[in-house]
Amino acid sequence: MQFPGRRKKVIGSSQNDLYDHCLQFYGQPPLENISLTEFETFAVERLKLLKSVENIGVSYVKNSEQYVKKLDAEFSSLNFPLRTELGDRRVQGGTSEYEKRRKDHISHFILRLAYCQTEDLRRWFIQQEMDLFRYRFGELTSKHKTDFLHKNNLKYETVSAEEKKSLKDKLITSSYGLSGITVEEYDFYKVPFQDALDLVRTRKVYLLAGNAYIPHHEIVTIVLNDFRTRLSKALAMTARSLPAVQSDERLQPLLSHLSHAYVGQDYSIQKNMGKISLEQIDALSGKSFPLCMRHLHKALRENHHLRHGGRMQYGLFLKGIGLTLDQALQFWRSEFVKGKVDADKFDKAYAYSVRHMFGKEGKRTDYTPYSCMKVILSNPPSQGDYHGCPFRHSDPELLKQKLQNYKVSPSGINQILELVKGMHYQLACQKYFELTHNVEDAGFSLNHPNQYFTESQKLLGGGLEIKKEVDMSQRSQENPANMTRPSQANSKQAHEEMGDLDSFFQDE
Amino acid sequence: MSTSDYDPACLPDLLPLYYRRLFPFSQYYRWLSYGGVSKNYFQNREFSFTLKDDIYVRYQSFTTQNELEKEMQKMVPYKIDIGAVYSHRPSQHNAVKSGTFQALEKELVFDIDMTDYDDVRRCCSAADICSKCWTLMTIAIRILDRALREDFGFHHLLWVYSGRRGVHCWVCDDAARKLSVAARSAVAEYLSLVKGGEETVRKVVLSDPIHPFINHSLSVVERYFQQYAIVDQDILGSKESVDKVLAVLPEDIKKDLAVSFKDEKDPMKRWNLLCDLVLRKKSNSKKGGQYFDKEIMLQYCYPRLDVNVSKGVNHLLKSPFSVHPKTGRISVPIDLKELDTFDPFEVPTISLICEELEKPRAEEAEEDDMKDKENEQEAGERRRIRDYKRTSLAKYVKVFDRFLEAMARSRKGEMLKKSDLQKDF
Repeated sequence: MQFPGRRKKVIGSSQNDLYDHCLQFYGQPPLENISLTEFETFAVERLKLLKSVENIGVSYVKNSEQYVKKLDAEFSSLNFPLRTELGDRRVQGGTSEYEKRRKDHISHFILRLAYCQTEDLRRWFIQQEMDLFRYRFGELTSKHKTDFLHKNNLKYETVSAEEKKSLKDKLITSSYGLSGITVEEYDFYKVPFQDALDLVRTRKVYLLAGNAYIPHHEIVTIVLNDFRTRLSKALAMTARSLPAVQSDERLQPLLSHLSHAYVGQDYSIQKNMGKISLEQIDALSGKSFPLCMRHLHKALRENHHLRHGGRMQYGLFLKGIGLTLDQALQFWRSEFVKGKVDADKFDKAYAYSVRHMFGKEGKRTDYTPYSCMKVILSNPPSQGDYHGCPFRHSDPELLKQKLQNYKVSPSGINQILELVKGMHYQLACQKYFELTHNVEDAGFSLNHPNQYFTESQKLLGGGLEIKKEVDMSQRSQENPANMTRPSQANSKQAHEEMGDLDSFFQDE
Repeated sequence: MSTSDYDPACLPDLLPLYYRRLFPFSQYYRWLSYGGVSKNYFQNREFSFTLKDDIYVRYQSFTTQNELEKEMQKMVPYKIDIGAVYSHRPSQHNAVKSGTFQALEKELVFDIDMTDYDDVRRCCSAADICSKCWTLMTIAIRILDRALREDFGFHHLLWVYSGRRGVHCWVCDDAARKLSVAARSAVAEYLSLVKGGEETVRKVVLSDPIHPFINHSLSVVERYFQQYAIVDQDILGSKESVDKVLAVLPEDIKKDLAVSFKDEKDPMKRWNLLCDLVLRKKSNSKKGGQYFDKEIMLQYCYPRLDVNVSKGVNHLLKSPFSVHPKTGRISVPIDLKELDTFDPFEVPTISLICEELEKPRAEEAEEDDMKDKENEQEAGERRRIRDYKRTSLAKYVKVFDRFLEAMARSRKGEMLKKSDLQKDF
């Protein structure tokens, strides 16, 4: 399989040369032929890996002990290269280190094809690959780190012993956690300040004559910056060669599946249209709405009005849980009419905007319900607004009161407030889910209000769910066992994998 | 007196004279061409003019020094701003395919404005300045100049008086002009210590370990603090200002000081009491790293930058040698060798220098007139050079000349290095 537009030849054909380090920058694309089966398997496994990176990254502090342990487990079960030497004896029946590295290499490039197309996809892919890289680099021994730097032409000079001595006091006071002894023992690298912006910006490094003096253990930040820049450029280039690749019918369905696995969570596809009646909304708001939507619903009922930000956030959410356009119009009109707006005015002013939300006006874009990220990061609420994320935008005292009103236990409230203090707004909402549904573990990583609703309904056994989805939740419990199977590149398995692909992506 | 005669109503008459006979066009062009190393560097530079009646025009660009002169003499701008060097001629930006017209390079700039210090200066507020608070600018220049040179390795810095209430810094090194937005913002953040707006009482927070940059900055502040803050600004004199100072301290120290200040009225002694108390608390405290006295010094004196001015590659900044319409003062380069004696009130106004032009000319002037008759083209330029030399503007143009010389020398050095590497002889 030729990847168009890239013709770098790999010098040195021996296996050892090609994958002589367990970590790589993915500078050169693979130049071999592989079967479709392998192509798909590799891609799916890497995607699983990246999704694990994302989930584990949300649930645990990055690079903490638990984080590392969990990721280690994922790596083993998915057969990606760890830190062992190339020549290591094969674990009986398992894949050799060489094969793991080859998979790492090829799968990365395949996913580039799937994730280069939009800004969002690129951002997600780069974020996960960076976290992955940071984790793997951190696990290398000091010697391997230096090896890696040299092999990849990051010719950052090490600071000579004399210079270190003369600068000792300055070096100790510029970085946290360094003592005189560590300064003597550790290597320091001299890096042009433009390559160490994160450390410069926060003044965590010593600067002299335009160079940053980076202690060995911080070098990963620099390397990561480099990695991000390279990957970003590469994705832009890949996007340009994409049309040629997409014209291959064998690849097109797989690639679009892969990218939808991420995008599939946007709830723009309404699975439950018409399954909710307006009378149910009040009850649902208490049981299955995330706090932000419960808050908006309450404000709407009390004030018979919501401003634009609130109408958008809540209106699109309602669309996502299955309200039809007619239902939505009825819902909003009945509420607004109770307030200061008469039916005529509603039809003139507000109805248009509801229809717009459903893609029936103007550009006819079918707007997607806001994800948590969007609610948290954009359009902060001002006086008189009820939109936004209460965990992010509410004063902690007010938030506490509200949670007390909703009968959340005091210890639960404290846990939530702790998470809010640490700026883990989505985890706080997840905790709210766990407390209101009386479960230990939500069982999912919250990143979308509609996801909250769906998961809540699943848990409460709401009859709204299409039967198919119940099957999915059962199958997802079987998956951990499934995950070890792909190591055998058995074509029968692969076929099953293919069939499972749909289901795998849908139950995310 | 320099200012006595300036009246904004005279600008329409003074400006044409200024642009015809005094504005140092050849040095200005020399600066912005940067030795002609990059093709079209001057031609792709954006200028913006504010004309009479506040008419603002952007995307002005010029192909030669001559064109620049002619246009400025024709349009007579009240204000001139310099922007970025773009991918195409700014004056033709509409003809360029959308998305391809981009800002490529620009000097790294800093803008220090006295109004940003209003919460800590008592002598003046808003647009006013006086000799007491001007010290803040001196401190700012010393701290930033050192950091930009020693920490960041920049060499070619042009400090300019803005004409009213602040100073600008133009970092003109090659490397500086090529910096990305992210890099500029990182530099500005590295240099920022005073954070917070109206709502924040304690704007400087220090903790161990204290970065060498902060220590360097502190030693500059310490040099000026006593005279500036304790004496001139009298921050520990009146109850009101004492309260403000104490507001950033923790309760226990505040209480103790309130008591001791009842008996001790001398501001200098009060300051010493404060420092002693902080030191004592520090050695007792298990936490360590309590630097309240240093924080106070920094909050009252450390430079306050507007990060947004420095961040943008396409940000427009007032041009050196432009006139400030409200004060009439020329935006002149500041000679750092004479920094401590720089007096913003001695900076020449446009009315002063135009007046000086009209003074009777000495004998040598007549000889030069004869030479001019021989070659008219150069005559114009020579006359202009003679002209500004007769005015108070002269010494500031000299500072600019020295700055340009240094850049030219350094460019030459670079070229020699390069040709040595390539073994060209």
